[in-house]
Amino acid sequence: MGNGGSFWLPPASSTVAGEVDSIFYFVYYASVVLFILVIGLTAFFVFRYRRRGGTRQFTSGFSHSNVMEVTWTVIPTILVFVIFFWGFNGFLKMHVAPKDALQIKVTGQKWFWSFDYPSGASSVNEIVAPVNKPVELLMSSKDVIHSFYVPDFRVKMDVLPNRYTKAWFEATETGEYNLFCTEYCGTKHSEMIGKVKILSELDYQKWLEAADFDTTIALHEMGERLYKSKACVTCHSIDGTPMNGPSFKGIWGKTEHFADGSSLTIDENYIRESILNPNAKVVAGFQPIMPTYQGILKDRHIDAIIAYLKTLK
Amino acid sequence: MSTATATFPQKHYLNDPPGLKSWLFTLDHKRIGLMYFFAIMFFFTIGGILAMLIRLELLTPQGDFFQSGDTYNQMFTLHGAIMIFLFIIPSIPAALGNFVLPLMLGAKDVAFPRLNLASFYIYVVGSIFCIYSIVTGAVDTGWTFYTPYSTSTTTSVVSMTSGVFVLGFSSILTGLNFIVTVHKLRAPGLTWFKLPLFVWGLYATAIIQILATPVLAITLLLLILERTLGIGIFDPALGGDPVLYQHFFWFYSHPAVYIMILPGMGIISETVSVFSHKKIFGYKFIAFSSLGIAFVSFLVWGHHMFTSGQSELAAMIFSFLTFFVGIPSGIKVFNWVTTMYKGNISLEAPMLYTLSFLFLFCIGGFTGIFLGALSVDVHLHDTYFVVAHFHYVMMGGTVMAFLAGVHYWWPKIWGRMYSEFWAAIAAFLIFVGFNMTFFTQFVLGSQGMPRRYYTYLDQYQPLHGFSSIGSWVLGLGFLIMAFYLVGSLFKGKIAGNNPWGALSWEWSTTSPPPHHNFETVPEMTHGFYDYDTVLVNEHGEKVYKEEPVSV
Ligand code: HEC
Ligand SMILES: [Cu+2]
Repeated sequence: MGNGGSFWLPPASSTVAGEVDSIFYFVYYASVVLFILVIGLTAFFVFRYRRRGGTRQFTSGFSHSNVMEVTWTVIPTILVFVIFFWGFNGFLKMHVAPKDALQIKVTGQKWFWSFDYPSGASSVNEIVAPVNKPVELLMSSKDVIHSFYVPDFRVKMDVLPNRYTKAWFEATETGEYNLFCTEYCGTKHSEMIGKVKILSELDYQKWLEAADFDTTIALHEMGERLYKSKACVTCHSIDGTPMNGPSFKGIWGKTEHFADGSSLTIDENYIRESILNPNAKVVAGFQPIMPTYQGILKDRHIDAIIAYLKTLK
Repeated sequence: MSTATATFPQKHYLNDPPGLKSWLFTLDHKRIGLMYFFAIMFFFTIGGILAMLIRLELLTPQGDFFQSGDTYNQMFTLHGAIMIFLFIIPSIPAALGNFVLPLMLGAKDVAFPRLNLASFYIYVVGSIFCIYSIVTGAVDTGWTFYTPYSTSTTTSVVSMTSGVFVLGFSSILTGLNFIVTVHKLRAPGLTWFKLPLFVWGLYATAIIQILATPVLAITLLLLILERTLGIGIFDPALGGDPVLYQHFFWFYSHPAVYIMILPGMGIISETVSVFSHKKIFGYKFIAFSSLGIAFVSFLVWGHHMFTSGQSELAAMIFSFLTFFVGIPSGIKVFNWVTTMYKGNISLEAPMLYTLSFLFLFCIGGFTGIFLGALSVDVHLHDTYFVVAHFHYVMMGGTVMAFLAGVHYWWPKIWGRMYSEFWAAIAAFLIFVGFNMTFFTQFVLGSQGMPRRYYTYLDQYQPLHGFSSIGSWVLGLGFLIMAFYLVGSLFKGKIAGNNPWGALSWEWSTTSPPPHHNFETVPEMTHGFYDYDTVLVNEHGEKVYKEEPVSV
């Protein structure tokens, strides 16, 4: 499928690229032939019928032919119909992602891209995906309109602030590909570029694990990252304001009161229980709406969150 | 080829009545046309200089010539806004059309001369707003003013959009004036299907101007209200929809593409016939295809939005209609080429630009087919391919036609000829420079280079560099043109009434024409394209193949 690219087109490295390129070249060759015909005739006429000797001559009154008019209306019409249907067909394929596609959340904002993976891992300006596997992008913007464009995949879709848009691709080769923002978005529009890194399935899993738990940074920093990426932030503030859930500010070692009237001093085991079995003890004044993170967070994640909570004086 | 005996008329519209005041308050369509001409050439020069600076910046991948991305963004925005709203849209209709239309109809003036002067001054007011915007910080939104960027940027969007808002009225009034003029002021015997095709082009354009421009006005007004009062039509934070703006904007701006190209096609229909000295082929097809384009052009705006998240069904319909609007343009091209068949072709400057037009406009049209095909457009949208495409249509098409028209009617406007030698050199440089600059951009775009980028990846450097060098050749061509055109006013050979041997009525009066255009109302003794039965010989006399039968 993939190739090294040509004079006109960059390498075709996704499953839809081949078809796009076929239409491109079909239109290209049809245009070249017609263009040579039109310009060739023009040049021939200029040469053949140019005025010689500088005196104006009467010319033929030939100025009308229905047959010719119909011919040069019908033939191009047929041609463009073919192109229309072919292009529409390709467009539909680009718009309907296969059912089993891996979903990655794409967020555009001035002037970088961020990506969230189903496992909870996230990355910035570099989207990582496995080869030969359909990947669906669920995209939104935090400010103005951006557009997600990977030339080698022939994929482009605007990223809007007020709703989700979708695109998908299936890369056919591992490697690194350019990612551009193609909707003008201001000062650093031209720097809003990133990479698409396509890995083998195995490497992708390895990468996910590493992204999932980064051992190169301090434990509490990893905890902070999880606090944001696992959406704890949507219900728990760190500045004391109660949201859907109690604030984490000064949580460590304080005495908690529960809906059933009991109370205890917050420690590691309580936190662990709150995350894996949140309804076991419901904090007084709150609804039991916290989702369980059983199966989503592993022990080392919980360790990291605990380390982070300890820092929130 | 003007006659040796040609004399310069004593009194003509340029010196009669005399005095600056008589110019500023003139109701003469020729003077108003000429004032428009100077105004648009002023803005064309500014827009052109901006373009050269932009190409200079893009010579190398990193930002170097402009201090920051912001400056670059302002430059390309101003280039686009100036070229579109202050140059191309008024160029052919308001400048050349104003001058030529009543002459072609055998009329003394347009239907509403005062309104005509009013549209000129409205244009001036609009352009002052735009200049004010430039001086007070310029805009950086791109000429399309997309929301929510345009509602959130700190640059002077309001004064620029107000300017464009005001300019719209000038355009509407000119259109209205022309429609009434064509309906009411045709000289006796000049029926619709005898009209010069340039008049058909202007007529079709005027319809679009009247119907589409108000939508732009409303859109820009909403944008201004959004910025000043926060009414929340487009701003998602207030419950608005930014994509709605795109629909509104393109509902005007796609038809506007035809406001720009239709009058150009009208000029080509004239020049190709005059300089082939041959009856225009398929008159009715050319005339009706203009109207056809005008109507269908209202239904294709969505093709600017194939990647905006609009529904697949909408995309399908817009793609379909887009191809449909391409067909009439194709019909015109075939008719023009066939006109040359068995002609008596002379290659003076207007014909050189006509041939450039044919070459470049074809490329512009064919690359439009790529963009109309949905899946291919997904790849090409918002890349340099699109930039190249619309420059081939707007500059390769409209500007080449405009230059053909300027060179064609120049002797009529001033009564003097320019240097054919330098004109040929300039035409050649412009043709070569244009292709160097913009053909490379097709390749850049299909290779994935996004538009509106201040900096770019190294892999695109060779093509960008070549394109920038092309812009210098192009610039040189225009510089030479400025010299020989200005020079012709002082040293040019006296043109005589009809240097090209053309048959339409503007060539039957003196050059420059008198204040009231004609000494006597012209008579319909032959068709305007009847080169098979009438010719104007070297002495400016009409020779008939057979005795004329009065019609
Ligand atoms: C949908 C909202 C929601 C999300 C998301 C959420 N929580 Fe909660 N959380 C609550 C609510 C409500 C309570 C209080 C009721 C309860 O104890 O079940 C709570 C209680 C807690 C408590 C006990 C706090 C105390 O002061 O006693 C901890 C610890 C906790 N959550 C940790 C987390 C962590 C860690 C995450 C992210 C991995 C998270 N929560 C995500 C809603 C949420
Ligand atoms: Cu962007």
